[in-house]
Amino acid sequence: MNKRNVVINVEYLTRVEGHGNIVVDVKEGTLEVCRLDIIESPRFFEGMLRGRSVFEAQHITSRICGICACGHTLASIQAAEDALGVTPSEQTVKLRRLLLHMELLDSHILHIYLLVAPDLLGVKSFIPLIDTHNKVVRRALRLKQTCNEICEILAGRHVHPISATVGGFTKLPKEKDLDAMRYMLEGMRPDMEATIELISKLKFPEFERDTEYVALVSDTEEYPLLSGDVGSTDGVRMHKKDYRSVANEFVVPHSTAKHAKLSREAYAVGALARLNLNYEKLHPHAREAASLLGIRPKCINPYLNTAAQLVECVHCLEDAAMLVEDLGKSGIRQEERILVALNEQSAIPVRAGNGVGAVEVPRGILFHNYEIDEQGTIVNANCIIPTTQNLNNIEHDMEKLVPELLDRSDEEITLALEMLVRAYDPCISCSTHLTSVRIQR
Amino acid sequence: MKKPKVAFFDFACCEGCQLQIANFGEALFDILGMIDVVEFREVMSEKWNGQLDIAFVEGSITDFHAEERIRQIRERAAILIAYGSCAAIGGVNGMKNTFDLEEIRKYVYGPEYHFFATEKTKAIPQVVKTDYVITGCPVYPPEILVVIKAALQGTSCSPPDYPVCVECKLNENVCMYDRGVACLGPVTRAGCNSWCINNGNICYGCRGMISNPNERGAREVLEKHNIPLPFVVNKMNLYNKCRE
Ligand code: SF4
Ligand code: SF4
Ligand code: SF4
Repeated sequence: MNKRNVVINVEYLTRVEGHGNIVVDVKEGTLEVCRLDIIESPRFFEGMLRGRSVFEAQHITSRICGICACGHTLASIQAAEDALGVTPSEQTVKLRRLLLHMELLDSHILHIYLLVAPDLLGVKSFIPLIDTHNKVVRRALRLKQTCNEICEILAGRHVHPISATVGGFTKLPKEKDLDAMRYMLEGMRPDMEATIELISKLKFPEFERDTEYVALVSDTEEYPLLSGDVGSTDGVRMHKKDYRSVANEFVVPHSTAKHAKLSREAYAVGALARLNLNYEKLHPHAREAASLLGIRPKCINPYLNTAAQLVECVHCLEDAAMLVEDLGKSGIRQEERILVALNEQSAIPVRAGNGVGAVEVPRGILFHNYEIDEQGTIVNANCIIPTTQNLNNIEHDMEKLVPELLDRSDEEITLALEMLVRAYDPCISCSTHLTSVRIQR
Repeated sequence: MKKPKVAFFDFACCEGCQLQIANFGEALFDILGMIDVVEFREVMSEKWNGQLDIAFVEGSITDFHAEERIRQIRERAAILIAYGSCAAIGGVNGMKNTFDLEEIRKYVYGPEYHFFATEKTKAIPQVVKTDYVITGCPVYPPEILVVIKAALQGTSCSPPDYPVCVECKLNENVCMYDRGVACLGPVTRAGCNSWCINNGNICYGCRGMISNPNERGAREVLEKHNIPLPFVVNKMNLYNKCRE
């Protein structure tokens, strides 16, 4: 056994959203400390929601995270509609799905190209790639911009969507908008193929740890992102209302951390979890991409979460194209347009209630839960974000990974750990409920 | 001419304003051609500890640690730009100031709340001298370019001090008040091209208030449409609570 000492302290982990530190301490070959600390300033969204109208909730909670702005918006609207007893129309659901697809695409592209690819290409950021891989960077920006433009058509902007509200949308696409979207989606296909080509040639680190994967599941044919129950690879299936017993927050001995676990020591959410649970429901082109990238369920290499994101990109693109086709055929019912979010004219009947939203956002399953009074004022709010659920799993990965790497240099170990954390695409700034700051004994 | 050294820093915020830059698409290359980005933690592992020509600062100041950090950034930067409403006016983070800090910490974090330090939210100009502000939640992309150019040329530039209604009327939107809904356009700084109203929603006041709101006029509008003042004030607190 390798009896060496390793002390790693990565402060201000770069190329992740939000602020985190990696702390590892190995003494004479024994791993003594292995943590991912979150040092983001808390923003108290759940506290601030109290006293606000449930019709404003999505406007506020969208600001939890710029990258997942549409995801938070959709989870928030779903929780509000659940509490109010509103069932969205078929058209609304289609448009929401389309919006979510665009966000998944946008966020995954950003992660794959700008945050992960530099590691795989051996540089510190995408900036040097502008000179060495100009075409690649241009392609990334082009793809991102197209997602953005489609979000603009659907909701006014991607960060932060304007027209997606409780009940539906305050503006609806016209025929010419559908044409524009069709054209733009078509235009993304060659770039997507080139992306698969590029990523399939890069080498992801080899590492495996079996864990429980959690994502939405359903009995329909559709790859579940906006509706369904919560399921796991260990055979759990629960209604979204029971989200608290899914995320089972618990306190770690000798620390103040609350972590999440379900059937075993930790669980993971995100693209890889979704792929592991719902592989059969992916669009055939996405499954082709999966085989090109070498992933099959159950895939237990966390580094391949990035590849799973790319598989989802293909799925989202194809499903989006189909949705636009569909909406074109049925025609958009402009009369479904919502006058405005704030419901001052009582267009939507208000009642007291408790509602849960569960939506698959880029980094995994996101829960919003609001309790409202008869006036529609929020009395209690709770959000559980994907990164909170992944932290415990990341630490378990780190604990298995470090001993496997002890024959490498400190720099290599550090890079491997950074890449591991980045693979989860952690969104630490969403720390509405990140109870993971730890005090070392 | 040597390209100016530019860095991006973030405090409590959603990082959505940074994303607006990535959303320029290929036009980003034109901007990157004018400046030398030396530090940008979200997308770069490179670090730089020297003097900066321009520091973009996103987010609000919400604890002592942040206050120290922003002072250090100020010392290193020739020009400091408060970027986005969180930085420029406190934005949504200001809503926290409506609550007792101890109470809200307990509510969100439970018994271990004392590990989550927080202070009253402050906007950047409330802590350090700020040379330019770009307001908006998120910032409006065309405005970013205007301010970057002004900063590079050393000319002065501040957000418009007339209400969103001016732009809204030019865009020929039907006024929300005429549709029976309250809108914060009359008291909110223009510059976003009435973004939200163009998309069927109301103005939520995200760019901050104009310095001389026509209070009497506003009261008359509210009376005419039978909208209680506290209702509108409550709505204004969504972004503007840090003014107090
Ligand atoms: S101003 Fe708004 S968009 Fe910008 S960082 Fe703050 S919350 Fe995010
Ligand atoms: S809709 Fe709002 S911004 Fe537009 S004119 Fe009316 S009050 Fe002003
Ligand atoms: S319309 Fe109002 S809320 Fe919307 S971007 Fe402009 S200032 Fe902000």
